[in-house]
Amino acid sequence: MIPELGQLALILALLLAAAQCVLPILGAQIGNRALIGVARPAVAGQAVFVVLAFVILTYAFVTQDFSVKYVTLNSNRLLPWYYRFSAVWGAHEGSLLLWVLILNVWTVAVATFSHRLPDAFIARVLGVLGFISLGFLLFTVLTSNPFERALPMPFDGNDLNPVLQDPGLIMHPPMLYTGYVGFSVAFSFALAALIGGELDVRWVRWARPWTNVAWGFLTLGIALGSWWAYYTLGWGGWWFWDPVENASFMPWLVGTALIHSQAVTEKRGSFRAWTLLLAIFAFSLSLLGTFLVRSGVLTSVHAFASDPKRGLFILVFLAIVIGGSLLIYALRAPKVAGGEPFAAISRETLLLVNNLMFVCAAAMVLLGTLYPLLGEALNLGRISVGPPYFGFMFVLLMLPVAVLMPFGPFLRWRSGNWRAALGALKPALMAAVGLAVLAVILARVLADGLPFKAIAGAAASIWVGLGIILYALARWRNAPRGRRYTPEMFGMILAHFGVAIFLAGVLIVEATNVEKDIKLGRNESVEIGGYIFRFDGVTSAAGPNFKADQGTLTVLKNDAVVATLKPQKRQYSRGTQVQTQSAIDPGLFRDIYVALGEPIGTDGAWAVRIYIKPFVRWIWLGALFMMLGGFVAAADRRFRALPDAERSADSATTPAAPLPAATPASAKASA
Amino acid sequence: MTPTRKRRLIVISLVVAAVAIATTLSVIALQQSMTYLFSPSEVRAGSPPKLARFRLGGVVEEQSIKRANDSLKVDFVVTDRFQTIPVEYTGILPDLFREGQSVVATGAMQDGRFVATEVLAKHDETYMPPEVANAIAKAKAAHVDHASASSSPGGIQ
Repeated sequence: MIPELGQLALILALLLAAAQCVLPILGAQIGNRALIGVARPAVAGQAVFVVLAFVILTYAFVTQDFSVKYVTLNSNRLLPWYYRFSAVWGAHEGSLLLWVLILNVWTVAVATFSHRLPDAFIARVLGVLGFISLGFLLFTVLTSNPFERALPMPFDGNDLNPVLQDPGLIMHPPMLYTGYVGFSVAFSFALAALIGGELDVRWVRWARPWTNVAWGFLTLGIALGSWWAYYTLGWGGWWFWDPVENASFMPWLVGTALIHSQAVTEKRGSFRAWTLLLAIFAFSLSLLGTFLVRSGVLTSVHAFASDPKRGLFILVFLAIVIGGSLLIYALRAPKVAGGEPFAAISRETLLLVNNLMFVCAAAMVLLGTLYPLLGEALNLGRISVGPPYFGFMFVLLMLPVAVLMPFGPFLRWRSGNWRAALGALKPALMAAVGLAVLAVILARVLADGLPFKAIAGAAASIWVGLGIILYALARWRNAPRGRRYTPEMFGMILAHFGVAIFLAGVLIVEATNVEKDIKLGRNESVEIGGYIFRFDGVTSAAGPNFKADQGTLTVLKNDAVVATLKPQKRQYSRGTQVQTQSAIDPGLFRDIYVALGEPIGTDGAWAVRIYIKPFVRWIWLGALFMMLGGFVAAADRRFRALPDAERSADSATTPAAPLPAATPASAKASA
Repeated sequence: MTPTRKRRLIVISLVVAAVAIATTLSVIALQQSMTYLFSPSEVRAGSPPKLARFRLGGVVEEQSIKRANDSLKVDFVVTDRFQTIPVEYTGILPDLFREGQSVVATGAMQDGRFVATEVLAKHDETYMPPEVANAIAKAKAAHVDHASASSSPGGIQ
C-alpha cells in the first residue's frame, strides 16, 4: 500500500509542477496578480509531495520491502543500514527521484529568498523551474517508476552493485546533482529576463550567490567522484576523461565562465547577453550530462545497462529545453543586451579571455565526448577518443588562463595599467622562474633529473599561488581597515589559491608517480621509489555481506615500518562479481597505493599493483579550496542588500569609478 | 574608422583567429588519439590497417584464459562467435574480466596475435557495450550472408 502512495505523490507533484509552470508565466504575461500568486503555493505543494515520494522510497529500502522492484534490484537482506540509504540513488529510477528532489529544494529556496524581487519576474523564474520539474517528473512517472511492484515478492534482493557500496558514493551523487541542478536557478533567471524582455542588474546581483553555491557543490561533487574512482576502481587514476566524467566537467567549465561573467555584468553592466547565454549553456550541459549518463549511448566505464526508450525521452526533452531557450534568446537577447565600453588592458578583457578559454575547453570536451556518436552516425566506424586528445587540448587552453590569472585582481575595471600589475607581481614571477631555473640546473647535476612537467607544475603553482597572496597583501596595505576583504573578494582569493594547489598536485603526480604491476611471492620484497614492500601473503577476511582475500603488505623505509597495508579482493554474497579494494597510506606529500590482482601459480604468489603518487591529495585539496571560495563569496551580504542601499554598498566594494549610467549596445555601436 | 569600431574589428579578428587555431589543433589531436573498434571477424577480413593501434571488441572465449606461472602475462582468446583472435596482455586485468564476458582490448597485431596494452571490462555484469554488441551483430549478419551466398549456386566463395 505504501509504495502506491509514493506513486500517487509523484503524480500529484507532476500536476502541481504543471500548474507552477503554466499559470505564473501566463499571469506575468497578461498582468494577472491572481495567477502570479499561484507560483509560491504550487512550489510548496510540489515540494511536499516530492519529499513524500522520496521518503517512501527510502522507507522501502530501510524496511527492505522486496515487493518493490527497484528495492529488489538494488538491495538485499545483508546490506548494512547505511548503504540502504545511499542505495536509494544507486540506480536509474532513484537517482532521477533524487534529481527532482534537489530541484525542489532549490526551487523552494528561490521562492523563499526572493521576496525583494518584482513579483512578475519571480513568477517567471518559478515557472521555468516548474517546467524543468514537470519534464523530469513526467519522465519518472512514464518511463522510470521507482515504485513498480515485483510480484510475487522475491525472498531476497539482488544486492547493490558492489562498486557502489562505498562511503564515497553516499555523498558523491547528491553533491554532484546539487551542483548540476543548481545551475537551473541561473538558467531560469536568464529565461525569465528574456521572456520579460528586460534585465535589471540588481537581478544579476541577486542571482550571483546561487550560481556560486551551485558551482561550489559541483566542484565538490566532481572532486568526490574523482577521489572515489581513485580508491575504489583499483586503477589509481584520478581522472579518465571518461564520457560520464566529461558530462559533469562540461557544466563545471561553463559554470566557471558564468560566475566570472556574472561578476562583470553585475558590477559593470557589460557582457549582459553573454551572461544570459552562458547561463543557458551551463544548464543545458547539465541536462546533456544527465542524458549521456542515463541513456547509455556512450561506452564508458560508468555505463550501466540502460533502456533506449528513456534515452529518447531525455533527448526530446533536451531538444525542447535547449532549442526553446536558444530560440527565446535569439528573439529577445538584442533587447536586453548592452554594456559599458572598456579598454584593451582592463579587468574586463582578462575576464573575457577567461570566458573564451573556459567555453572553448567545454566545447573541446563536448567534441571529444560526442565524436564517437558522430562517427557512428556518419558511418566512419566505431571510434573512441583517448585521453591524449583531452589532455593535450586542455593543457593548451588552460595555459593562458594560468599565465593571466594573477593579473586579473591587480588590473582595474574599465582601464588598467599592466605595468603596475606586473610590478606588483614581480616577486611571484621571479620565484616561479627562479625555481624553474634551479630545478633545471639540479636536474642536469643529478643524473636522474626531474621531469619537465613537474617543474612546469611547480612553477605554475608558485606563479598563481604567490600571485594571489601578493594581491591579498596589497589589499592589506592599501585598503582601509574593515574593507580589506569582503567575503566576495576573500572567496575569490581562496578559489584562486585552490587553483594553485590543484596545479601543483596534477602536474607533479602526472610527472613523477611510480606505477608497478608485479608478481610477489610470500615474504618476497621489492623496492619501489625508495620504499621496500614486503608481501606477507594472503589470508581470508569477511565483512557484513562479503568474503575477501586480504593481502598484507608491509612498507618499510630505512628499516622502519611506514605502513601496513591490507588490500582486498572482495566477493559479495550475491552475484559473482569480484571487487578490488585497494589499500592506501595517505599523506600530504605522497600516497602509497596497493591493490591485489590475481593469484599466480599455486605457491601463494599474487599479482600486486604498487603505486607511489606524490602530491596526489593536492588535487582534491585544491578543489576543496575552490569550493570553499565559491561558498564564501556567496555569503557576501552585498548580494542581499536592499535595492535602495545599493549605491553605498557598491562604492565600498568596487575599487573602480562609480557605476555610470547604462548605455545600450546599439547606441555604442552607432557612436 | 571610429575607435570603437576599430576595437571591435580587433576583437572579432582575434576571436576568428582563436577559433581557427583551436579547430585545427582539435582536429589534429583528434586524429592522433582516435582508435577504431573492430570485431575478430573484421580483423580476420583485414579491416584494421597494418601495425595500427585499434580496439578489439568481443567476448572472452570460454576456457581460453591462460596465466603464466612466473609473470603477469595472460593469454586469452576474443571471439565474436564466428572468428577468434588470440590476445596477449601483461599486467593486472580488471575485476569484471571473465570468460564469456564482453571485453574491449586496445593494442596492435603482432605476428597474428593481438598484443594488448589496455583491457577494459565494464562495471555491470549484464552490460555489453553497444559497440561490441553491434560488432557481434554485424559479424553474425555477415556470417548469415556468407552462408546463404555460398549455398546458392554461383555464389561468391
